[in-house]
Amino acid sequence: MVTPPEARRIGLRFENVDKRYGGLYALRRVSLEIAPGECVAFAGRNGSGKTTLLRVAAQLVRPSAGKLTFSPAQTGAPPATKNTGFVAHATMVYDELTAEENLLLFARLLEIPEPAKRVESLLREVGLSERRDSLVRTFSRGMRQRVAIARALLHEPSVLLLDEPSTGLDPQGVTWLAETLWRLHGGGSTILMSLHGESEISALATRGIRLDAGVVAADSRSGASLRSILTPANA
Amino acid sequence: MSLLSNTSVLLGKELRTEFRSRELLTTTVVFILMVVVLFSFTFDPTREESRRFGPGLLWMAFLFAASLMLQPGFLREQTNDTLSALRLSVSDPFAIFLSKLCANTLFLLITELLLLPIFAVLYNVPLLGVVPQLALVLFLGSLGLSVTGTTLSAISAQARMRELLLPLLLLPLLTPLLIASTEATAALLAENPVLRWDWLAFLIAFDVIFLTAVWLFGEYLLEE
Repeated sequence: MVTPPEARRIGLRFENVDKRYGGLYALRRVSLEIAPGECVAFAGRNGSGKTTLLRVAAQLVRPSAGKLTFSPAQTGAPPATKNTGFVAHATMVYDELTAEENLLLFARLLEIPEPAKRVESLLREVGLSERRDSLVRTFSRGMRQRVAIARALLHEPSVLLLDEPSTGLDPQGVTWLAETLWRLHGGGSTILMSLHGESEISALATRGIRLDAGVVAADSRSGASLRSILTPANA
Repeated sequence: MSLLSNTSVLLGKELRTEFRSRELLTTTVVFILMVVVLFSFTFDPTREESRRFGPGLLWMAFLFAASLMLQPGFLREQTNDTLSALRLSVSDPFAIFLSKLCANTLFLLITELLLLPIFAVLYNVPLLGVVPQLALVLFLGSLGLSVTGTTLSAISAQARMRELLLPLLLLPLLTPLLIASTEATAALLAENPVLRWDWLAFLIAFDVIFLTAVWLFGEYLLEE
């Protein structure tokens, strides 16, 4: 796995970000500074705003108030979204295409040099080489998640956003994901992930933030222990 | 350059998924064939009647085809949230819209190509002498149907009551386009066929205005 060079290290800054759906606040006055290369784990109950926060960070959702900025500032082409890899609840891949076709499609859109080579190596990494020609709709949940993760890693993004990334993965899959994230993190990628409880993946986190009803309730940077933020009792 | 390469990659995906499942083409072709065949047997029109009513019937069938075909365009992207993945991957979000527009226009033209010979036989209307002119009218009309329909499909895909919303928004907007297309087709099917440049100019203006509007504001259509 190639890692992002220093010049591509990106930090994020949320300034008083609100996100409302009708009268309901999914995020309320969220202010956070995420340093380049930081690995942040977000914990919180269902509906606490973790997914919305990640979608705002991916620029898929426009804040109702406040703003999100990147450091260094992301201007010109390619757009900032192209530096982002996102693993969401949904797999974000096409059921009617094969694993290989899905990855090739996104590799070409991302204008990755030698896309076929990159796809082949990723399929090997995620353990789907032998099923490369099978339609994704024939895959188990865990296999779909592997394709989803492979899609997010195609361009070795500078910012990786993971919404409960181990969903559906078997223990070997979780170990592979943890190793891959360690490698990316070591190379300077900024990682934001939402998690439930402690796991091999959460061991990666250098900072923990607990959200409650769209508000930042605790931040390990402000004194709370990372473990207390990530433990199931609080998450 | 990125817009063109992104569009061609996405168009390839649209064609691959459709020709693999044949979901849209099969349902649409069967539906509009039934409309044309049923009308033919019910009214048993003479050649003269066919010349007068045929163009209207033809464009009504194309409208039905378009409203069946255009709805799933963006709805399919909601299933696995693939629209978000596309937005994170393309350099220009207009490529997402443009690829769907090209695919929808192509599917609509294929449907029309299959329907026209059957229409000519059942309604006893000779079309051979006006094929190039008719192709031009069909292309401009279908492009207008697709631009409007694809735009509204993007808007309605994220709304509640989306199945109702698309036809509700689509039909009033398409009325001028349908009138122009029907009039231009009627002039071509007349005893002495003539290409009506006034209606053709109207179709071109409709297509250009809608395409420009979508190009300018299309990014907002794709946002959550």
